[in-house]
Amino acid sequence: MKQGIFEIVSNVPLTKNVFKTVLHGDVSAITRPGQFINIRLDGLYLRRPISVCDLSEDSVTIIYKVVGKGTEKMSGMKPGERLDVLSGLGNGYDTSVSGPSPLLIGGGVGVPPLYLLAKELLKEDKSVSVILGFNSADEVFYEEEFKALGCGVRLATADGSKGIKGFVTDALSGLEYSYIYTCGPEPMLKAVYKSTDSPAQFSFEERMGCGFGACMGCTCETVTGYKRICRDGPVLFKEEIKW
Amino acid sequence: MVDMKVDLCGITIDNPVIPASGTFGYGYEFAELYDINILGTFSFKGATKEPRFGNPTPRIAETPSGMLNAVGLQNPGVDKVISEELPKLKKVFNKKVMANVSGFSVDDYVYTCSRLDKCEEVGWLEVNISCPNVHGGGMSFGTSPKSAFEVTSAVKKAVKKPVIIKLSPNVTDIAEIAKACEDAGADGVSLINTLLAMRIDIKKRAPLLKNVTGGLSGPAIFPVAVRMVYQCAKAVKIPIVGMGGISSAEDVIEMTLAGATAVEVGAENLTDPFASKKIIEDLPNVMEKYGINKLSDIIGGALNG
Repeated sequence: MKQGIFEIVSNVPLTKNVFKTVLHGDVSAITRPGQFINIRLDGLYLRRPISVCDLSEDSVTIIYKVVGKGTEKMSGMKPGERLDVLSGLGNGYDTSVSGPSPLLIGGGVGVPPLYLLAKELLKEDKSVSVILGFNSADEVFYEEEFKALGCGVRLATADGSKGIKGFVTDALSGLEYSYIYTCGPEPMLKAVYKSTDSPAQFSFEERMGCGFGACMGCTCETVTGYKRICRDGPVLFKEEIKW
Repeated sequence: MVDMKVDLCGITIDNPVIPASGTFGYGYEFAELYDINILGTFSFKGATKEPRFGNPTPRIAETPSGMLNAVGLQNPGVDKVISEELPKLKKVFNKKVMANVSGFSVDDYVYTCSRLDKCEEVGWLEVNISCPNVHGGGMSFGTSPKSAFEVTSAVKKAVKKPVIIKLSPNVTDIAEIAKACEDAGADGVSLINTLLAMRIDIKKRAPLLKNVTGGLSGPAIFPVAVRMVYQCAKAVKIPIVGMGGISSAEDVIEMTLAGATAVEVGAENLTDPFASKKIIEDLPNVMEKYGINKLSDIIGGALNG
C-alpha cells in the first residue's frame, strides 16, 4: 500500500451513469489485477474504494458507476484535479493457477477489474474467454476493448436487447475452460458458483471503513476463518467460500 | 525543544498520542507504512474471553464529518491474542502497549484482564465498559455508576497493571460514572467511546447498518468529547485519556486543556493511515506556536477559565 497524489488525466462517461477515469501518479504499489485504490474526496469522510481496470507505467484507469454521493462527486471531476489516493490495496487475482484457457465472467461494474486480469493472462500466453453481463444494451461497456485484446467475448443482457438474452450463466454452455475468474454483484457470483464445478476465484464487494485491514468493517466468514474483504480479499478462492 | 512527555498512570510516554482501539488493529498494517515506535503507545483491538465474529455486514456507514461502525468486537479471543497477535506485535512495536478488554459479565472482564496482566508487552489495561455494538454486556456496564464500580473493583483486585476504564458518552452524567470508577480504584479513565447513532438508506427505506444502530465517531463528535473530558476532569483526580474525533495537533492541545493527560486518535487513522504520525510530528510546532514548553504543564489548563 502507498499513499500518493494522483492527477486526473481524463474522466469520461462510458454509458449514462458509468464513468472512466484515468489518474496519473505513482502506481508502483499496484502489483496484481483485482486490486483496488481508495480515493479521498473533499467533504466526504470515508474514502471510496474502486477497482483497478487498467494500468500503465505511470497511470491507473478506473471505471465506476454513479450510485451515491461519492461517485456522483467523482463523475464531476475535471482533468488536472488532484486526488489523495491509497493504492495497491487488496490481494488481487492469482493468475498462476489459471491453466491454459481461463474464463472471465463479469457483471456490470464487476467487469472493469477483469480487463487488467485479461491483459495479464494474455501476457502469460493463455487463451482467454470472457462473458460480460449487463441489464440492457445501453449499459454495455468494454465489449470492444476485450475483443481488441484478443479475447473471445460473449455478451449477455437480462432484457435480451444485445447478445444472449439472460444472465452470464446462460452464456456458459459449450464453452471449454480451465479456470474461472469472476467479479460482479453477489447474486451473480452465487449463480456462477452454483453453475460450474470449475476451480474459480471470486471478487467480492463490501462496505469498507479503511480499506487496508485496520477497522474490521468488511469482514466475512469463510471456510478458512474470518477474512477482511479489503485486505485478505477482495478475491477469495471458491473453496474458501461458505455458500 | 518542547517537552511532549506525559506520565500516564505511572508510565512515562514520549508523547500523548495513542491510536484508539479498533482503529489500529494490532499495529501491523500501520507498521508497513511508518515506524509505529514514534507513538506514545497504542490501544490494540479489544480482546474478549471467547473469539467473536462481530455483527453482520454492512457494519460501516458514512456520516457528516464522521462515520458509524457496528463491528461488534470482532477478535480472535484472548488466548489467541496472547499466543498469536502479541508476538507479532512485539516485532513491530518495542514500547508498552495498551491492552483493550471487553466482556459480557464481571467474570469475563476479570478473566481476560488477568490473562493480559501477565503479558510483559502490556503496560496498561483499558477496560471497555462502553461498546454500543454488542447485545448484553458491553455498554450496559458503563451506563450506571453501580455496575461501573463493580467491574472496576473486581478487575483491580485481580491485576497489578494500571487499569483505565473506557467510558460511554451514552449517559446522562458521565462525571458520575468516572467518579464511581475512581472510587473503585481505577488508575485512569478514557473517554469518549462512540455515540449511539443510526442512519437510514432513503432509497431502500431501511437502516444502513445491518445492526440498525452503530457508534458515531470522527470530527463530528469532538466538541461532545471535549465537554465530557472537561466535566470528568472537574470530578476526578485520576488521569483522563481524552478521545473522540481528534484529527489535528490543535485538537490534542484543546483536549489537554480540557483535562486530558493523553489522547487517543480513532477514526482519523482509518481515513488517513498517517494521521497519528502527522499529529505527533506537528505537535511540537503547535506547542511552540502557543507558547507551551512542557505539555504536562497545561493539562486541565482550561478548567478554571
